[in-house]
Amino acid sequence: MTGRGANWVDEALREHEEHAAAEEAAAEEVAAGDAGAGDAGAGDAGAGDAGAGDAGAASRTAGRAGTPSDREQQVLDRIDRARRRRPRIREERITMSHGAGGKASRTLTEAVFLDAFRNPLLEPLEDAALLRVADSRLALTTDTYVVSPLFFPGGNIGDLAVNGTVNDLAVAGATPLYLSAGFVLEEGFPVADLTAIVASMQAAAAVAGVQVVTGDTKVVERGKADGCYINTAGVGVVEHDLALGAATARPGDVVIVSGPVGDHGVTIMLARGELDIEADLSSDTAAMNGMIADLLAAVPGVRAMRDATRGGVATILNEVAVAAGVGVVVEEDQIPVRTQVRGAAELLGIDPMYVACEGKLVAIVDGQQADRALAALRAHPLGEQAAVIGQITADQPGIVLLKTAFGGTRIVDLLVGDPLPRIC
Amino acid sequence: MRFVDEFRDADKAHALAARITELCEPGRQYKFMEVCGGHTHTIYKHGLEDYLPEAITLVHGPGCPVCVIPMGRVDDAIHLASQPDTIMTSFGDMMRVPGSQGSFFDAKAAGTDIRMVYSPLDSLKIARQNPDKRVVFMAIGFETTTPSTAMTVLRAKAMGLENFSVFCNHVTIIPAIKAILDSPDLRLDGFIGPGHVSTVIGCRPYEFIASGYGKPVVVAGFEPLDILQSIYMLMMQLSEGRAEVENQYTRVVPWDGNLAALTAINQVMELRPYFEWRGLGFITHSAMRLREGFRAFDAEVLFNVPGVRVADPKACQCGEVLKGVLKPWECKVFGTACTPETPIGTCMVSPEGACAAYYNYGRMNRHRVVEVELSRP
Amino acid sequence: MCLGIPGEVVEFLPDQPDLARVDVSGVRRVINVGLLADDLPEPGEWVLIHVGFALSKIDENEAAAALEFLEGIGQAYADELAALAESRIE
Repeated sequence: MTGRGANWVDEALREHEEHAAAEEAAAEEVAAGDAGAGDAGAGDAGAGDAGAGDAGAASRTAGRAGTPSDREQQVLDRIDRARRRRPRIREERITMSHGAGGKASRTLTEAVFLDAFRNPLLEPLEDAALLRVADSRLALTTDTYVVSPLFFPGGNIGDLAVNGTVNDLAVAGATPLYLSAGFVLEEGFPVADLTAIVASMQAAAAVAGVQVVTGDTKVVERGKADGCYINTAGVGVVEHDLALGAATARPGDVVIVSGPVGDHGVTIMLARGELDIEADLSSDTAAMNGMIADLLAAVPGVRAMRDATRGGVATILNEVAVAAGVGVVVEEDQIPVRTQVRGAAELLGIDPMYVACEGKLVAIVDGQQADRALAALRAHPLGEQAAVIGQITADQPGIVLLKTAFGGTRIVDLLVGDPLPRIC
Repeated sequence: MRFVDEFRDADKAHALAARITELCEPGRQYKFMEVCGGHTHTIYKHGLEDYLPEAITLVHGPGCPVCVIPMGRVDDAIHLASQPDTIMTSFGDMMRVPGSQGSFFDAKAAGTDIRMVYSPLDSLKIARQNPDKRVVFMAIGFETTTPSTAMTVLRAKAMGLENFSVFCNHVTIIPAIKAILDSPDLRLDGFIGPGHVSTVIGCRPYEFIASGYGKPVVVAGFEPLDILQSIYMLMMQLSEGRAEVENQYTRVVPWDGNLAALTAINQVMELRPYFEWRGLGFITHSAMRLREGFRAFDAEVLFNVPGVRVADPKACQCGEVLKGVLKPWECKVFGTACTPETPIGTCMVSPEGACAAYYNYGRMNRHRVVEVELSRP
Repeated sequence: MCLGIPGEVVEFLPDQPDLARVDVSGVRRVINVGLLADDLPEPGEWVLIHVGFALSKIDENEAAAALEFLEGIGQAYADELAALAESRIE
C-alpha cells in the first residue's frame, strides 16, 4: 500500500546526517592539507593543523554567530551541496512523477539506468547518443509514446512518434535517416484507428525525409496498453564537426526558443475532457530537422540544441546550467506564449515554462551570433516567432533565474511532481 | 490578460517601492504577516521582496489550508480511498502531502483509485458516471472554497445522488489569526489580509485585530502591485498612528462579503467544537463539518474513519514556520532532508507553503531592484 | 488553491440558470454562478473564478480607480525623478 517504508522520515534524516558528517570530514582534510602547505613557512605542521582545525570549527560556529543573511547563505550552500549528491531512489514503487521529465525522472535515469549501463556514450544524457562507427559519426535515439488521448487537435500518437524521434536526432546535429517503429497494441483496439495512426506516421516521415525501415508488433490483453503504445528509434548521420552539447554553454551565450511554448501539453490536458475547458488550441507537433539544418548552416556558433518536450523549457535550462556549470537568466516577458495557453495555465495554476512542446527548439548560441540565429530561424515557417529569452552567465552556476515581468527575480527549478500526466 | 497584467506593471512598482521606503522611520524594523498562502506564493513567484527595503520583513502566516492538515487526517483520507469500490477525488495540491505511510500519490502508485479534480463539481460528474462506485471528495480550504463544497453538496442532494460524499476538512481563518496574535513568539506590526477569503466573509471579521490588538490590517489582492500597494497602505497607517481595517482589493472584495455563500455554508455545515491544526494544535470552533441533515453526504459518517492522531515527525518544524516564528531556511531540515521531492512536512509540499515557495522560487542571492532614494527638500 | 482568476461571462447555458460559460484569455469553461444568484452577472461582465464557481463580480469602476491611484503614484514618482535629475548640480 505504501510507496516508501514506514520510517521514511527517520531514514531520510539519518542519511543526511551521514552525508553531512562525511562532507565535514572531507572538508577538514582538504583544509588541513591546504593550511599545512600554506603555513610551511609560518610554523611547524602542528600549528598549521591546529589552525586548519580551528578554521573548520570557526566556519561551523559562524553558523551561530553570523548575521541573518550570512546564516541564510550558509543554508543555501548546504542545500547546494545536498543537491549535488549522487541521487538515490527512495521510493519502492514507480510513481507518475518518474515519467514527468523533472527531478524524479532525472533521479530514476541516474540512479537506475545510468548506474547499471554506465559508459561514456550514455553519460552526457543528451537527447541522442553520438557514436563513431567506421568513418562516420552517427546519432542514435529512442522514445516511447504513451499519450492519452491517442487523437488530439493537431495530430495523433503517430505524428508524435515520428516527429519526436526526428527532432531528437536533429538537435544532436544529425541528418535523420531511418526509423524503427515498435507497437504494443491492446486487444480490441480498432484496426481503423491503427491505420489512421500509421498513415500519419508515413505522412510525417515523408515531410521529414526519413523512412521507417523496421518494426515490431505485440498485442496485450484488454485493459493494458491503453489502446496503443509506440516506441520509435532513429539513426542519423552527423556531417559537420561541431561539438554540440549542453556542457559547452558559456557566459555570453544567449538562449533562443523557436516559438510559443506550452501548446502541446495544454492541448493534451484539455483534450482529455476531464477539465471541461474548451480552447482553440492544437499540438505543435512538427519535424524540425529542416529548420535546424538552416540554423546550423547559417550559424557556426550554436553550442547546444534541445527538443523542448516533457518538463518543458524550464527543464532544459536546468540541465544546461548543471551540465555546463553556468548560470542561466531568462526574462519572463520575452518567453513567447500564446494567449490561450497563458489563459489555460493561469486557470489551472500551472506554469507554461514546464509544459511540453512537440515542435519547439531551445538553442544555446554564441551571443555574437544571436541576430544571425534569429534571422535563420524566423525565415523558416516553424520558427517565425523565434525569440531570445535569456543569457548564460557566470553568476550562481547551476541555477536558473527568472526576471519576472514585474521586475523581481526568482528561481526556476526542476519540476517536482506531475501536473500533466502522459502527454507524449 | 485583463485585471491581471495591469497589476503586474514594473514602473508602478518602482513608484510604490520608493514611497514605501520613504515611510520607513530610520532605525526601525517592520514586520508584516501575509496570512494567506496565495499571497506567499505571489510574493515569491514575482520576486516581490526585491522591491522592499531591508527594514521591512514579510512573515509568512498559516493561511495555507493544505499546510495545516495533520498527518492523521491524510491517513484517514487514504483509508477512505482504499475502501473497495471507492474513488477518491482531490485537488492537485493534496496529492503529495505526506501522511504517516505516504501520500495520495504513493497510494495511487500502489493501485488506489485517487483522481485529481479542478472543481468539486467534477467530482459530482465522476459520481454520476460511476453509479456502482462510491465517490468521495476530499474537501479542503478556508472560507474561499467552503461555499463551493456546500453548493456541491446541495446540488448532489437535489440530484438525489446516493454515491457521493465529502470528507470535510474546511477550516476558518479567524481562529488561525487569533492564534498568531496570542502567540508570545511573534511581534508583528500589521497584517496583509486574505483576499479571496474576504470575498466570502467580508472585511468586518478582521476589526478585532485593529480595535482589540491595535494592529492595522489591509485586505489585499493577489497581483504583485496589489500586495505592494497594501504594504504602502499599512505603512501609511503606521506613520499616521492609525490601526484600521482597509480594503485594497475593492474590485473584488465587498465589505459585507457574499451573503449567498455564507448562507450556503450555514445551510450545509456547522462548526466543529474543535479541530487539530498541524503546527498550531487544537483550536476550538475553527473547522466545519456537515450538519446532521446532510449525513448522507458525510464520509466520516458513512465510512469507518480510523481518526488516529499522528504526531508530526520530531524533526519537522512546520508549526514554527506556519506561525511565522521561523523563516523556511531556518528550519533544520530545510532543503536537505526536506525538499519538494522528499517533503517531510506540509510547508514544503503545498504550492502555497512558505517552504515550497522559498525553495522553488526564492533560494538565491537577493538583490534589490529599487536603489533610488528620493531626498526631500 | 486560493487561486482565483478573473474571467468574462460569455453566455448562460440554456435551461441552466446556475451555469455560465466564461472566457479567460480565449479559454472557456462552464462555471457555476449560484453564489451570485442575488445579482447575476450579465454577459460581458467579469467575475472571479475559483474551483469552478464564481465568487464575486469584478467591479470595473473599482478596478479603474485602483489603476488610477497606481497611475498617480507612478506619475508623481516620475515627476520627482525628473526634478531630482534636473536639480543635480554639476
